[in-house]
Amino acid sequence: MRHHLVLRVVSKILIPFIILYGLYVQFHGDFSPGGGFQAGVIVAAAIILYALIFGIERARQVFKPEVLLVFAPLGVMIFALVGYAALALGGNYLDYDWLVANDTAGQHIGIITVEFGVGLTVAAVMTLIFLAYAGRTRDIDDEDW
Amino acid sequence: MTGATLSGIVPHLPALQVVVPLLAAPVCFLLRRGVICWGFATLVSWAAFATSLVLLQVVLADGTIRYEMGGWAAPWGIEYVIDATNAIVLVIVSGIGSAVMPYARRSVMAEIPANQHGLYYTAYLLCLAGLLGVTITGDAFNVFVFLEITSLSSYILVSAGAGMDRRALTAAYNYLVLGTVGATFFVIGVGLLYMVTGTLNIIDLSERVPALQHNRTVHVAFAFIVVGMGLKLALFPLHTWLPNAYTYAPSTGTAFLAATSTKVSVYVLLRFLFVVFAPSYGFMALTLDYVLLPLALIGMVAATVAAIYQYNIKRLLAYSSVAQIGYMVLGIAYGSVEGLTAAILHLFNHALMKGALFLALGCIMLRVGDVTMRGVQGLGRQMPWTMAAFVTGGLSLIGVPLTVGFISKWYLITAALDDGRWPIAAVILASSLLAIIYVWKIVEAAYLKEPPEGRVVREAPLSMLVPTWVLVLANIGFGINAEFTVGVARTAAMGLLGGAP
Repeated sequence: MRHHLVLRVVSKILIPFIILYGLYVQFHGDFSPGGGFQAGVIVAAAIILYALIFGIERARQVFKPEVLLVFAPLGVMIFALVGYAALALGGNYLDYDWLVANDTAGQHIGIITVEFGVGLTVAAVMTLIFLAYAGRTRDIDDEDW
Repeated sequence: MTGATLSGIVPHLPALQVVVPLLAAPVCFLLRRGVICWGFATLVSWAAFATSLVLLQVVLADGTIRYEMGGWAAPWGIEYVIDATNAIVLVIVSGIGSAVMPYARRSVMAEIPANQHGLYYTAYLLCLAGLLGVTITGDAFNVFVFLEITSLSSYILVSAGAGMDRRALTAAYNYLVLGTVGATFFVIGVGLLYMVTGTLNIIDLSERVPALQHNRTVHVAFAFIVVGMGLKLALFPLHTWLPNAYTYAPSTGTAFLAATSTKVSVYVLLRFLFVVFAPSYGFMALTLDYVLLPLALIGMVAATVAAIYQYNIKRLLAYSSVAQIGYMVLGIAYGSVEGLTAAILHLFNHALMKGALFLALGCIMLRVGDVTMRGVQGLGRQMPWTMAAFVTGGLSLIGVPLTVGFISKWYLITAALDDGRWPIAAVILASSLLAIIYVWKIVEAAYLKEPPEGRVVREAPLSMLVPTWVLVLANIGFGINAEFTVGVARTAAMGLLGGAP
């Protein structure tokens, strides 16, 4: 898409803000609507936009599938391990109250960590699905679209 | 580990039952290497089996266990509720898992491309976690979530057979489409129930729904849930996804899914029919008599007849599974304590039979590479232990005394005669007699025909024979002394129907 100057410039300006908004949704999720899933999708949307404009090959160099394949299960493990931590500290599974001495602080810490795990997995899986499908059309010429 | 820490873990076992396999799945994905993943998945399965045995023991001794996830009290939070009914299903699911896993190493090496082994075991662990989750949870929406985890991972288990036969892909896709329709129907039903009652907790639902017996929304919810679960448990005529899925999945996948996944769906149907809707009269009660009962009877006969004409033995057993599900639904359709006892008993017993039979077939697949009628020719002498296991499983399927199949059918027929429904007892007998035909076809090919010229076959390796025989011996053991299983099934049936156990 070398010749699409407008698309390239606009997306270069937009992508940082999309990611920033994703992070906002991610870490403000415990106070307002939002959370890990939505944030993960927004961040993945930024990555997919990058891949659409600058090509799959460059996207693969920046967001390596091997790394994403580690992030995807890692997010699930973060979620599950927070549950185990609550269990180890004497509470029920995923009972954030037990994570620290103060119940309210425990809820905050618990939900933010868990949502971080969700965000990580969702962003990684969305990107992987896109790369897997888009990677199959590498041999189609730009002009043929 | 000291006794103190052990007793500290027991109150948390309901959570650990599900989250240990659930966390194990991503760990297994990261481990990558086939053999390491296999060892890990085996250990996790055994841990889950041990957990379920302790849970069953606690339930039988102290009654229902309730566990609040995340410390949120019941109607608001998600709780896990374990009574005799789901405790026994947990034991079946994790027990079959821990029998299939030690067996899996050789079978998976032979049937699945090496680079997919880690993913296959990951999908298995997810499937195990999902099945246990569906069974253990006391929240209607949570049932749906775990049902989706189970379904998605079982599509992967089926499609893993593509290395041997590309038709596994279409089988998995077909299963995916119908499975998704089933799960969607179920969630629509749950949504409608939420609309009229404002709760998703199964115990809460069971207090509010029976008062709404004449509410049209409840009727629609009932219809959606029964049809949705009917698809999932492969009730005739919604069984069309099953024969292909079982035929083309890898041997271990078939053995695990055939023995567990439809059973868990039967359990969900039981739970919703008798605990949530608890129909005593009117539209929903009539559904048992005029929809489930005839479908069960037709399924029993039609699927058995279809099985007789199969050339591929895996497909033959798949059709026989559809017929056996008919027996379970028949017990459910009686709606009496005796009927439900028979249904739950058969749920347990059929898992043992089909587990043993599909594992024996997996041994034949490994050594001969062909599980058709031609493939088993002469195997009676070439693989005596495998074929002996298969024949014992087949006898159990027919319902010969001293096997679990006999116990199941005895209770099904007694339940029918108690209500004076002797024509139903006659149909049960007839379909058992038909089962003799397809089992005999295999016996004849294996023992009375000569092996094809020049085929040299060794007996299956011990790592596969031992798990197979463990299940075969369980078939005989629980067939000779059924006191324990019948006792649990009766307690479960009484619990479902609201009587004091």
